Amino acid sequence: MLSRVANSIYWMSRYIERAENVARFVDVNLQMMLDLPSGLTEQWEPLVIITGDDKPFAERYRGATRENVIQFLTFDTKNPNSILSSLRAARENARTVREAVSPEMWEQINTCYLMVNAAAARGYDLEDTDRFFSEIKKASLLFDGLADATMLHDEGWHFYRMGRFIERADKTSRLLDVKYFILLPAASDVGTALDDIQWAAVLRSASAFEMYRQRHGHIEPDRILDFLLLDLEFPRSINYCLTHAGLSLHAVSGAPAGTFSNSAEQHLGRLQAELAYTPVEQIIAEGLHEFLDGLQTKLNMIDHGIFESFFALRPLDGRRGLAHREGQ
Amino acid sequence: MKFHGYSCDGFYDEMFEPDGGARPGATLLKQKIESLADGELLERQQAAERALLQGGITFNVYGDGAATERIFPFDVIPRIIEAKEWERLENGLKQRVYALNLFLDDIYHQQKILKDKIIPAEIVRSARSFREQCVGLNPPRGIWCHITGTDLVRDRDGQVYVLEDNLRCPSGVSYVLENRRVMKRTFPQVFEASRVRPVDEYPSRLLDMLQSLADPALDSPSVAVLTPGIYNSAYFEHSFLAQQMGVELVEGRDLIVADGRVLMRTTKGFERVDVLYRRIDDDFLDPQVFRPDSLLGVPGLIEAYKNGRVALANAPGTGIADDKCIYAYVPKMIRYYLGEDPVIPNVPTYICAEEGDFGYVITHLEQLVVKAVNESGGYGMLVGPHSTSAERADFVERIHKHPRNYIAQPTLGLSRVPVIVDGSFSGRHVDLRPYILCGKDIYVLPGGLTRVALKRGSLVVNSSQGGGSKDTWVLTD
Repeated sequence: MLSRVANSIYWMSRYIERAENVARFVDVNLQMMLDLPSGLTEQWEPLVIITGDDKPFAERYRGATRENVIQFLTFDTKNPNSILSSLRAARENARTVREAVSPEMWEQINTCYLMVNAAAARGYDLEDTDRFFSEIKKASLLFDGLADATMLHDEGWHFYRMGRFIERADKTSRLLDVKYFILLPAASDVGTALDDIQWAAVLRSASAFEMYRQRHGHIEPDRILDFLLLDLEFPRSINYCLTHAGLSLHAVSGAPAGTFSNSAEQHLGRLQAELAYTPVEQIIAEGLHEFLDGLQTKLNMIDHGIFESFFALRPLDGRRGLAHREGQ
Repeated sequence: MKFHGYSCDGFYDEMFEPDGGARPGATLLKQKIESLADGELLERQQAAERALLQGGITFNVYGDGAATERIFPFDVIPRIIEAKEWERLENGLKQRVYALNLFLDDIYHQQKILKDKIIPAEIVRSARSFREQCVGLNPPRGIWCHITGTDLVRDRDGQVYVLEDNLRCPSGVSYVLENRRVMKRTFPQVFEASRVRPVDEYPSRLLDMLQSLADPALDSPSVAVLTPGIYNSAYFEHSFLAQQMGVELVEGRDLIVADGRVLMRTTKGFERVDVLYRRIDDDFLDPQVFRPDSLLGVPGLIEAYKNGRVALANAPGTGIADDKCIYAYVPKMIRYYLGEDPVIPNVPTYICAEEGDFGYVITHLEQLVVKAVNESGGYGMLVGPHSTSAERADFVERIHKHPRNYIAQPTLGLSRVPVIVDGSFSGRHVDLRPYILCGKDIYVLPGGLTRVALKRGSLVVNSSQGGGSKDTWVLTD
């Protein structure tokens, strides 16, 4: 497979997963704000902080109101990580590899982009947010289903899976950070009904509430963290994402599991081992936010390793430069 | 919707006889359309447009800052060509492509046709599209032009003419295939019992032809489509054809020439490419041979080509036969190389570089269409009857300055077809671009791209100038 094509498939997949997860972020916050006791003001700034785009937001918006934050995260084309920008980037990547994906996939991504683009032109409708964000989630899941059911499960598909799972791992970690940044009214509120409601909202945003119930029953923060960080069977948990990104990575390189033949496999293997041998209690004791921060940095190293190992053009004769790297 | 009240206005109509009755091949279609429930036809038209939009078969229109996407306008009433007529056109196209290939091989070798004074040597020497670099080239199988898109038009009296030959990188065939797919999906009723010849074998034919150009010693030659990239207006087509053939779509930056071979960069290292269906113009193919500032091409490509390590379709240098002055001599070529009369005539053409013609053109601009010989896409053109005196004065000056750069033709009353305009039928002018593949044998895709000038009265069908398209049905007997 052409390096350029593999790169585009990988980013097409990451951008779709990104759009889906931004929809999940907004959704979790909307849910939590609905349950706020009266007298407390809504908190929307944490959402901008966890996406890492708080600076450009502050430069162009006056105040983290609900309208501003949703506009910024959903329709703002100047924000490269907004839902609309992500879908546009996914579609442009898909366009450059249209011959490598199935026509059904192309049509799906195209239709989804046109839907969000039309919504952006109409303007944001507060009454309709629930339906709108679930449309985006569904569109992304349908795309994933089409990839699974209509694409050759060859190298291209493995790059698709790598993009999907690495992006998802990153975003699940950020989803957990939403809860960290949403401050409870007082420290004594930890473990209260309000705290439970907020954790339940986090689970719902990851489509994880019922599956968590089956696994652990009661809402307990450390169990929830265990579930979303370390569970090996829940497909949005970080450990699950890393395992499956790793399977695809090894399928492409041919290196046996437990070994590495490139820097992506090396970084990914180390991170997997760390998750496998760290109990959730220790993560909490050492600081969840710090742990998630470190995790995001390591995911970036894996991403960089994939770029170096498969996409970077290595000139034979020095006449050509390196490929332009598509940023996040 | 009924055709009641539809008028041919004195033009040849592809669907109706001058007395208003449907032509024999169109009778069934007319019945089917008229038997649809009220509003059904418009619904089908909208469904087709929606399908094209969702399929992303669009091009970008820039203006007011933001780019908007439009579909290439499509009209659901098909254009019909009857079996007998198609047979004659097919023969004529094969004859023409055969002769043009002989011409290209001759012009880059002995130039017999110039020595025998069939074509003035000056015309070839002064052609911008003549490539010195191609003199002495021996393309695989001696074929230069593998893919041709020849534009045909029909005049008032029903006579079909060749308007121009496109032998460089003719585009549009993807619309032929997509238009048919959309028609079948949105308007299946009209196909029943209509005996329409299918078009979907084109990608396999194209792939077979491309593979036949590779070194015969290779077991499974590797074919790729070479595109200038996503910003090219025909990018959709490049990617579509690669997808339909199941081959890689490559850009110049994916390729490298090493040890005389053309290689593409893959995730597992470098892999050989044996045949390139290139959709990049000669000028940009190889900065070592053609334009040195080209970033789209591959340094060393032509050297590898000359050494027979890679095949290119079309061969470089075919543009000379696209020159609108050379066009005027194609009937003579056919007689010279084949000893046959042309099956499809040329539009009578005045060559401004020739003294007698020059005087006539200057004094009859109002009746003529003047074309710049090196332009395409409907640019650099004067349509005499629709022009202002200022525009004509401007062309007189231009022709005086560079007579070699202009030809003129009588203004044809292009044939028309019904299209849906604001809920009723209205006649619009059309042309037809059939696609011809030349490998071991010559294959003509049944039909081709029917382009429609959607502006009332307009004779310019190019998509850049407000043209649309239709599905083209070649009927079986």
